[in-house]
Amino acid sequence: MSSKRHRRDVIVETRSLSMHFGGVRAVDQVDFTLFDKELRCLIGPNGAGKSTFFKCLTGQLHPTAGNVLIQRQDTTGAEPHEIAGLGVGIKTQVPNVFDGLSVDENIWLSARRWHKPKRARALTAETIERLRLGDIRRETVGRLAHGQRQWVELGMVVAADPWLVLLDEPAAGMTHEETARTAELIREINTEAALIVVEHDMQFIRMISSQVTLFHEGRILMEDTMEAISNDKRAREVYLGHRA
Amino acid sequence: MNGRDTLRKMRPVFVFALIGVIFMFTAPYVLQLFTIINLTTAIALAVLALSLALVWGFGGILCFGQVAFFGLGAYAYTIAAINFGGSTWAILVAIMVASAFAALLGYFVFFGRVSDVYLGVITLTVTLIFFSLIRRTSGPEYTIGKALMGGFNGITSPPLNLPWDAGSFLFPEHVFYVAMAALILCYVFCGWLVTTHFGRVCVGIRENELRAELLGYDSRLYKLGIFTISAGIAAIGGVLFCNGVGRITPDVFNLYNAALTIIWVIVGGRGTLIGPIVATFGLFYLTSALGGQSLFNNNLVLGIILIFFVLLVPKGLAPTVTDWFTRRRKPRRAAGRRRRAARRTGATEA
Ligand SMILES: Nc1ncnc2c1ncn2[C@@H]1O[C@H](COP(=O)(O)OP(=O)(O)O)[C@@H](O)[C@H]1O
Ligand SMILES: [Mg+2]
Repeated sequence: MSSKRHRRDVIVETRSLSMHFGGVRAVDQVDFTLFDKELRCLIGPNGAGKSTFFKCLTGQLHPTAGNVLIQRQDTTGAEPHEIAGLGVGIKTQVPNVFDGLSVDENIWLSARRWHKPKRARALTAETIERLRLGDIRRETVGRLAHGQRQWVELGMVVAADPWLVLLDEPAAGMTHEETARTAELIREINTEAALIVVEHDMQFIRMISSQVTLFHEGRILMEDTMEAISNDKRAREVYLGHRA
Repeated sequence: MNGRDTLRKMRPVFVFALIGVIFMFTAPYVLQLFTIINLTTAIALAVLALSLALVWGFGGILCFGQVAFFGLGAYAYTIAAINFGGSTWAILVAIMVASAFAALLGYFVFFGRVSDVYLGVITLTVTLIFFSLIRRTSGPEYTIGKALMGGFNGITSPPLNLPWDAGSFLFPEHVFYVAMAALILCYVFCGWLVTTHFGRVCVGIRENELRAELLGYDSRLYKLGIFTISAGIAAIGGVLFCNGVGRITPDVFNLYNAALTIIWVIVGGRGTLIGPIVATFGLFYLTSALGGQSLFNNNLVLGIILIFFVLLVPKGLAPTVTDWFTRRRKPRRAAGRRRRAARRTGATEA
């Protein structure tokens, strides 16, 4: 699969993507492109439509209008398992893990989806080591702290060995140290895969230093480096003004 | 998971299966024939409980009408056995009819993304529809092949016969052996199923359907799969039931039986297979014992037991007992781990 893809290939594209809830235009005619191996952050104030946009990409919501293309394939209205089937790893804003199962089982269920039993076991062990979950691997996920559950979910994303990774607020509720490790992990994933990261935390975005897309009221306000955005007057008004 | 892991995980299943085998071969020597015949009915109900334990406890699908597949299996067996003049193929027909019906119903429910609450309502409604439809088939015009439906009186079920000789019927104690063997096989099958990739995904879907979907599993297919399999198992229970009782009537589809199945699983514990089986035997004997006296109302006692479990033992029997054992064993195991760790560090130093 990867041999056919090249850097500068568009791998995610939306065309006038809209998602309306009754009168609320949560996402409004968004044109967006992501290149292969790119790391992109989506930022914007609360309610800007980032998560809704994200859910349209992952099949959790079916858009009101417009199209989503992943690797030039029209995935508008596809189901989440079909999107995942393309090799896309997804982490939602509200942690979605198998609470009643062990850390091991959580990761294994992800690895085993795409790999033979032997390879799946190896990948599970690898992932647990990589995310330093070794000490808690037999624990029930529901009993873990919030930050640890986030890591289990990240582990599930990594274990599937995806070429495109979509993360909605991966550092939410993490301690400072955990956040730094998450940023490190994201950069590591980025050596192999493209990423879209929805994030609220400026500090965190500076840590992973990527191209940033700024959402505001369901639309893309601007797209630039974090530095340029922090210096832009309009961007500061909608977002940074009441945070900095 | 490799073969050895599967065997290790299935060790408790084999232990209980072995206890079952021992019981199977000793019971006819120590118990009276009357008790053995009664036991056959209890075993049939235990298979029904097992099927719900699988689909609800592991698949997370609260099927309020599991008894529909049980009754459908019993009717299909009876009608087929009368028409075929033998029981062997009739058993197969019973399993096929119930599974096919479940697959069809499940297709509309799961692929139509009907919510979990409605699933319970729909399956219960289907059960009650069977109840009232079959009750109305009392005229001589209601026949399927050679079998007269018989309305609320039901149909006399032909007993099981030897597979190679349709003329030689099994005696009640032999039916007991068959029933017990079927229960043990179904139990081991379910115990194995939940250790497979399929079974583990079903448990994952029970825990978090969206997460399973985001990992790339089509949850609808898995739900349909476990729903269909459990219906087939319920049908095996139905075949045993009509053999134990000697006839099948539409009462099998009534609300009382539908609720009773749920009670067995709640009392035995969701997420285990042995719990609901044991609970079925226990409650079966309790209700037959209560049937012999008139001091306490049967339903009242069942209701009190249900409330007792829901409020005080919400996990059910088997998980509570397991918890109790692991809590007692934990300090010892932790100590063992510390010792092993100490040995390891000692080895690196040396
Ligand atoms: N399921 C829904 N039904 C109705 N309105 C919704 C729904 N989901 C999101 N919204 C609305 O859409 C807007 C965008 O929300 P969201 O995408 O969650 O923003 P963000 O993730 O950027 O904070 C908000 O105004 C929110 O109230
Ligand atoms: Mg959000």
